This record gives sequence, structure tokens and C-alpha cells, in this order.
Amino acid sequence: MATSENRFRYLRNARRVSQGLFFLLFMVLLLQTNIDALDSPDELPQISAPVDFFLEINPLIAVTTVLSTHTLYRNLILAVVLIVATLFLGRFFCGWVCPMGSINHALAAIKSRRMKGRHRIGQNAWKPYQRWKYGILVVMLGAALAGSALAGLLDPISLLTRSMALLVLPAYNVLTQDVYSWSLHAQLGAFDFLLTPVSWVTYATLIRAEQVVFHHTFLILLLFVGILVANRFITRFWCRGLCPLGALLGVFSKVSIVSLEKRTALCTDCNRCALHCQGGDNPKPGDTWHKTECHLCMNCVASCPEAGIAFRFFPQREQTTTAVNISRRAVLASAGAGMLAIPVLRTATHPDRPSDPTLVRPPGSLHEREFLTRCIRCGECMNVCPNNALHPTFMQAGAEGIWSPMLIPRIGYCEPTCVLCSQVCPTGAIDEITEEEKAWVPTAGKQETDGPPIRIGIAFYDTGRCLPYAMARECIVCEEWCPTTPKSIYFEEVEQRDRDGNYMYLKLPRVDPGICVGCGACTFACPVKGAPAIYVTPVGETRNPQNRILLEDQSPGRQ
Amino acid sequence: MDGTNIDRRTFLQRSGKAIGFSAVAIAGGVLLHEPVRQPFHREAEQVIQRDLRIPGMTGRLVTVRGDDPARMTAAALASLGGISTFISEGDVVVVKPNVGWDRRPEQAANTNPDVVGEVVRQCVEAGAARVLVTDVTCNDATRCFNRSGIAAAAREAGADVELARDAHFREVNMGGAMLGTQLVYDAYLEADKCINIPIAKHHGLTRVTLGMKNLYGIIGGNRARLHQDINNSIADLGNFLQPTLVIVDAWRILLRNGPQGGSLADVEERRMLVASTDQVAIDAWAGEEFFGLRAEEMGWLGLAEARGLGTADYASLPFEELTV
Repeated sequence: MATSENRFRYLRNARRVSQGLFFLLFMVLLLQTNIDALDSPDELPQISAPVDFFLEINPLIAVTTVLSTHTLYRNLILAVVLIVATLFLGRFFCGWVCPMGSINHALAAIKSRRMKGRHRIGQNAWKPYQRWKYGILVVMLGAALAGSALAGLLDPISLLTRSMALLVLPAYNVLTQDVYSWSLHAQLGAFDFLLTPVSWVTYATLIRAEQVVFHHTFLILLLFVGILVANRFITRFWCRGLCPLGALLGVFSKVSIVSLEKRTALCTDCNRCALHCQGGDNPKPGDTWHKTECHLCMNCVASCPEAGIAFRFFPQREQTTTAVNISRRAVLASAGAGMLAIPVLRTATHPDRPSDPTLVRPPGSLHEREFLTRCIRCGECMNVCPNNALHPTFMQAGAEGIWSPMLIPRIGYCEPTCVLCSQVCPTGAIDEITEEEKAWVPTAGKQETDGPPIRIGIAFYDTGRCLPYAMARECIVCEEWCPTTPKSIYFEEVEQRDRDGNYMYLKLPRVDPGICVGCGACTFACPVKGAPAIYVTPVGETRNPQNRILLEDQSPGRQ
Repeated sequence: MDGTNIDRRTFLQRSGKAIGFSAVAIAGGVLLHEPVRQPFHREAEQVIQRDLRIPGMTGRLVTVRGDDPARMTAAALASLGGISTFISEGDVVVVKPNVGWDRRPEQAANTNPDVVGEVVRQCVEAGAARVLVTDVTCNDATRCFNRSGIAAAAREAGADVELARDAHFREVNMGGAMLGTQLVYDAYLEADKCINIPIAKHHGLTRVTLGMKNLYGIIGGNRARLHQDINNSIADLGNFLQPTLVIVDAWRILLRNGPQGGSLADVEERRMLVASTDQVAIDAWAGEEFFGLRAEEMGWLGLAEARGLGTADYASLPFEELTV
């Protein structure tokens, strides 16, 4: 029997192992996106693991940011490795590496009435919807040419990083936290001994000691769940029909030297290859094989009982098409749509005109115009932020800026000595800055900070809500929390009368806008729950010289 | 039997099923029915207060000057009768330094790590079952504990360092004048002994933060509210938790821009520490010595005296001054 000697079975198993290991690596890197204990007080917190690995080997991010910025940022040069590999080997990334693809693969493998036998074979034949992804890719490239890194919205790695970091991991944490809490206080009588192992396990596997929340994530959830559920109807619908990275790799795979060789004479028409096909690329002899759709998962060749098909280097390209089947007109229309979309979106929200008063960007963020050429919405900055301060936008940065990072100080403030978001940003939308450059607090061995700080905004009082102003009560928690030296929040001691007419002394807080860096610690700490009595707006942010209130002294020695 | 009617057996089976499930639904509804409206807000009823002082021990005060914080700490403990006066074998001890901010030791916003380390080491030597170092920090806890040097010093000396976790806060009625039900970190509810080790530093509202103010770090929730009546709140905290021992670290003190500081220009090196079993007396002494404040200028002292927590008249206590 040919079956037992089928060497492609080893390759299929190797592919399974590879998928598992890369998925594990993806999750480990996601969980490693934080700082560990420091060895000494003077040590600067650094992230040791290459946490952006999957984003940085990603040709879609590399290509679109090259189009939008004309440079290849930092480690995105690694994407060249994957491009070259794909030019030789085809879309092996989709079948062997991509963690989003592996999730889809696993979900689509679940059998159901619709997903077996002849239904599955029919559904696995190449279908016109598989051209959509090329259209999506071209729209993204068009948008990139017009100056917007929108590709990240649908790039599978950005999408999975974002969905995992903002939804899946926090949800896991909620559950674990609840079980842990329960195990500490539950009373089970004779079964109390069970609680100790439960609390150990949940304590050890908690991701965050303090629960994180993320605002504006509902559409992120819908997209992610939609992608997962689609597998119940069509195998790897996302990978086949929509994924722009798959499309880009598909284009590269046109010239690859590995192809499927069909030996029609040996084929018994059993359709096993088509039954297990992941890419929807017609592996069966007699059908035209769509090279650009193949993930090289090895299912077809491993399941063939007759050696009727085999992957070979440099085979004859019989019964094979390398076409992506998208018309020139469709390409032009998609590119045009992508390029035109950006100016149209900018008629509503223009990056040169900051409009939303809540859009406080992380420290080190480039000017909004450059920021949008780079931010791929991967959510790494939100994942790494130790204070849960960064959240995806909804419409605060316009539709064009959806899911880009914004600071919500009510939930978390910008930690003065922290620059982790700038370190993990894979595309430089947040420029890589150091604690010294951020200059909010003197670093080790320094008496004072050097030079002007990187400001992200300025704080303002809502005196109608502020306790000393509106309610004649002591407070100035904001002043306590203000991290700058000297503090940008100071107070004036005034004599006031309370409701009964008695004189009292009160400390009324004020902000010095020349010192305030906009960290939002005051907002975070403000005891006035609901709308805070002090809030931060992005005015004064370093990244935009036009977004200023104050006329500033430019002479040396002044900030 | 004609084609439209079912037989009796089927009739009984089907109606039995419907009746059976209906009975379950009715019984469930009746059993689970809550006829009385649930109170939408609950105050923890039982008032809990933790007096962890050694019974029968009178107030004493010792000040130490020197050039090594650890040795000064050891001298202070020895002067008060040795660590075994306070810590018995098998005790669970919680050590409460000030780890409020992401600052290095030289910025004088957190307790000196050498003092914390020495206290932990002595507790371990005295046979404590567990020594826990924890604090509900203001800045990111990982940064605070590491950059202050306290995580490393405490671990090296044999303590468990625990960063505050959501699940460990419990609602407790403190029964104070201002502080009723608060979220308290559970270590303070379970420990046998508590050693409070603040640093002496400036504070915008209270002018100075010392021992009793340091107890701010045992609660979570919206603790910023406490500023609205800070003196009563501090006295309530001192009433809720009366530590076994208080050691005020003044190796360096922060004179301005407290309680966080940052600039080294705001720091003064005083090379002192003071220890006492009377948490009121030690605040009164330290406030006067380091910041020139009279007892009346530190509003919580009178309120704490009125609650019977100690005496602001430190001169009335046995007093020892050491130099090592």
C-alpha cells in the first residue's frame, strides 16, 4: 500500500507541530509583553523578549508602511526574510506559521453535518469569493499610498494581537480572578481541602493582579468572533476570502519553485485531497490547481492513497494556474477606492486639525499626520501599558484612526518613568524614546531632568465639580499625585465661608500649564467619580507645534 | 383505534411529562422566590479593629543617629528590648514600609530599603512563621517595589513580597468617625503583628507624612476621599490598626514636593531613625524634629489622643538617644 509509505504524512505532522509551536510562541510573546522585576533601583525597565516578532516578520506591515512612510522601520526589515522565503516556497506561512490561520484551521476541522463528506468537498473547491482578499489588499495598498496604515485593521497578526490582548486575555483574567476570589472565601464544609489547589492554580495563572478593562472594543469583538464563526460555514473563510496578508503572500507565491505535481493516471477520484484542502485550491488531478491559494498544509498529499499528487521542486506546471484571477479593472478600482477613501475620511477629521479634546496620544507619538502613516492598530502599546491607560479609539481620531491608541486617564494615567509603549511599537508610530528623553522625573544620578519634557497634554480643572472650588471641602489629591518637580499643580490658600457662614481656610488647586506634562495622574486619582474634576486635553502636546495655548519664552534655559 | 386519537397509555405518558416539568418549574419558582427586597447597599455590620500592640507594654521612644541604616535599626530594636519582645515564634508579621511611589531611595519618597531589610531579618530570626512586606502603592506596584529597592532588600532578608491584588481586599467596617466600611488589604486582618516603617517626608495637605499617615497604604478603593477630612481619617486608620511597633526612617527626608518628590534638591540627608511603641508620640516627635511642627499643627495627633491611641506629649515617655 502506498498509504503507509506516504512520506508526506511526516510533513503533515511536521506542519501540525509547527502550527502548535508558533501559536504557543505567539501567546508566550503576548504574555511576555511587560516588565519583570528589576535587579536594581537604577535599572531601566526593558522588555527582554522579542515581543513584536510576528508583527515584524509581516510583509503586509512592511510593504504598506513602506508605501506610506517610504522607510522600513527598525525590525520590519525582518519581513524581507519572509518575502524571500515565500518567493521560493509559496504561502507556507499561512499553513505552518500564522497563529490566526492555525486557529481557523483548528476550528474548521470540527466536523458537522455541513462540514463533512460531499458538502465539504464542494465547499473546498476554488470559488470566486477567494478573489476578494486581493481586492482588500489593493484597497489597503491604495490607502497606504495615500498616507494611512489602514492595513493593520485587517492584517491577521495585528488583528489577533489586538483581539487577544484587549479581549481574550482580559476575559481570562476576569474568570481567573473570580475563581481565585471565590476560592479564598468559599465554605465547602467537608470539601474545603479542594479550595487550596484551586487558589494556587488561579493565583499562579493570573495575568494581571489588577483587572484591566478596555473601552471601545465592541467592534473588535464582532470582527474577531465573526472570523472564528465563519469557519463553521466555510473552511478558513477568513484565510481564503479576506486576509490581505494571505493575498500578499499569494502574489509572492506566483513565482515560487515548489508546486503540486499531478499524476492524473494514478488518481482514483476518491476526493480525499479535496476533502482536506485548507486553501480551496483544487489539488485533485484533473482540476486546475490554484497555486496562489495553496497554504502548503500537506493535507492533500498526505491523504492521497495512490501517490496521485506530490509537492515537488520545479515540476511541470500542468493543470496549474498562477493567476490571482482579479481583473485589471478591479485592481484599478480597488486601488482608487483605497486612495480616495483617505481624503474623503479627512473631510470629517483632518490630522492637521486636532479636533477631539479627549484624543491624548501616548508619549513619543508622532504628529498625527505621520502617526496615521504608521499606526497599524496592533494594540501592543495597550497590551504593554502597566496602568491600563491606553485604549483603542472609536471615532476620537476619526474613522481613519479607529482602534489607534488613546490615553483615558480616568482608567489609568501615563506612568511617569515608563516608555514601554514606545519600545514595543513595531512601526514607530510611537517613536522609541528613553526615560531621559521623556524627562518627567530625574533619572538615576541626575539632580533634575534634562531639557523639556515630552508633553502629551495639559490638565484643566472643572471648578463646578472640584471639591474645594464647588463644595468648600479639602482635597488636593491631584497635587499629591502630580509627578513633576516642581509640581505643576500648586495651590492657593484662601479664606472661604461654608454654608453656615463660618470662615474656613481652603487650598484651591491650580495648574501651571508651563510645567504640566498631561500624564493624567490627577484625573486618575481625583476622588470625584464619574466625570472627574480635573481632566486632560491634548493641547500643548509636544508632537504638534500648532496645538498650543501659551506663548512660550524661547530664550535658553526656559522650557 | 381510529387514526386521530392516541391511546390511553400515550396520553398518560405525555401529560405526565408536562405535569412533571411544570411541577419542577413551580417548585423552583417557590423555592427561589425572595419575597423581601434585597438591600441595594450593605455596610459591613461587624466593626473590626486590630490592636496588635504587645499587651502591657508602655510607650517608649528611642532615636538613633549613625552612618549605617541597618545598624541603626538594630540598635533601636535592641534598645526597646530586642526583637523577641515584639515577635514571638510562629507569628505572622506584616511589615508596612512606605512604597507609595516609583522613586529611587535617594529621592526619599519611599522607606529606606536597608531599614526594611534589617527589620525583616530580625523578625525571621525571632522565629516568625511568615514575614510579609506589602503596600497598596500609588504608582505601578512593580516599579514602586523594585525601584525603591524594597523588593530586593525584603526578599533577601527572607520576607515574602506581595504586590496588592484585587482579590485580597475585604470590606471591613472600621467603625471610625469618618471611615466606616473600607476595602482593607487582607494581610492586615490576618497578621499577628504589624511593624509600620514610614519615611518622614513632606505632604501638601498634612504638611508632613509620618507613621499614622502611612496606614493609608493598607486600604484600597477610592481612598482619595480621605483628604476631605484627612486628620480624622488618619486618626481612624490609627484606631483601626494599632501597630506592634513604629519605626520612622529619616536617613533621608523629603522637604518639598512631597509626597513624591523627584528632585534631589528637595532631599536632606538626616542619618537618623526613631522607633516607638506609641504611634502618636513618634509622629509628634518626628514632626517637630524634622519639620519644626508643633503638635497642634499636626491635626491628627489631638484626634488620635482623644481616641486613646497614645500621647502627643512624647517628653512624658521614657526616651533614649543613641549614636552608633
